[in-house]
Amino acid sequence: MVYLTRVEHFNAAHRLFNPGWSKEQNEAVFGKCANENWHGHNYDLYVTIKRNPDPDTGFLFDVKKLSEIIKEHVIEKVDHRNLNIEVDFLAGKMCSTENLAIGIWQQLQPHLPAEAQLHCVKLYETPRIYVEYFG
Amino acid sequence: MNLPNNKIAVFRKEHFNAAHRIFNPSWDDKKNAEVFGKCSNPNYHGHNYELVVKVVGEPDPETGYVIDMKVLSVITKEEVLEKFDHKNLNLDTIYFRDLNPTAENIVTVIYDLLRKRIDPKLELQVRLYETERNFVEYPA
Repeated sequence: MVYLTRVEHFNAAHRLFNPGWSKEQNEAVFGKCANENWHGHNYDLYVTIKRNPDPDTGFLFDVKKLSEIIKEHVIEKVDHRNLNIEVDFLAGKMCSTENLAIGIWQQLQPHLPAEAQLHCVKLYETPRIYVEYFG
Repeated sequence: MNLPNNKIAVFRKEHFNAAHRIFNPSWDDKKNAEVFGKCSNPNYHGHNYELVVKVVGEPDPETGYVIDMKVLSVITKEEVLEKFDHKNLNLDTIYFRDLNPTAENIVTVIYDLLRKRIDPKLELQVRLYETERNFVEYPA
């Protein structure tokens, strides 16, 4: 089994805010991340698939095609967007990096052919903070 | 004639996260979209900004320092991070009410904020990364 990773990136605004809580409770839990006027990040996205290389091509999967799938189903929806109010697959969810990684997995899964098994979505919110989701 | 040059450059790196949008209020939405593309999104987008503050001077004979790096860090935190970190540059700061928050304009604002806190005999240069691949420097 070989693991293949494609790296993409996007920039977005968001805030951490639970609409069921008071302003004070949001600020107590989320601190400056709850700023009602948003803040933002440069996100780096690592999508890893796993498979034995195809004997005819030597490839796991056409990495250019993987890039196109990520761009069409993830990057076009989130890049230069406000994650709280403009992204359909995050509607009604808390805009944490954790939920964003799960949402990205769910966006990609149906569009990958059976042979390109999704292994990991790794998402950097800052160079020092990242999450990994393995499905 | 070569004069001895004992100048040293010292650098302090900091970072902050912020939302912004690039748009010109005297243009309509169509022209803003044409010129600034997705950067003019009315709902904002954001970045992890990386800041590199460069100070040049001769080390003080008594301390060996060009500038106390701890002091430089505190000045940068007070003047820049407390004002910009986790903020909306367009809405939450006083500096971009009439100024487009492009990387170019942000770096000159940061330079002015720091310059007034740093000894005039020391040279100052500020580099600001908006993304890993896009960065600006002032003065050029």
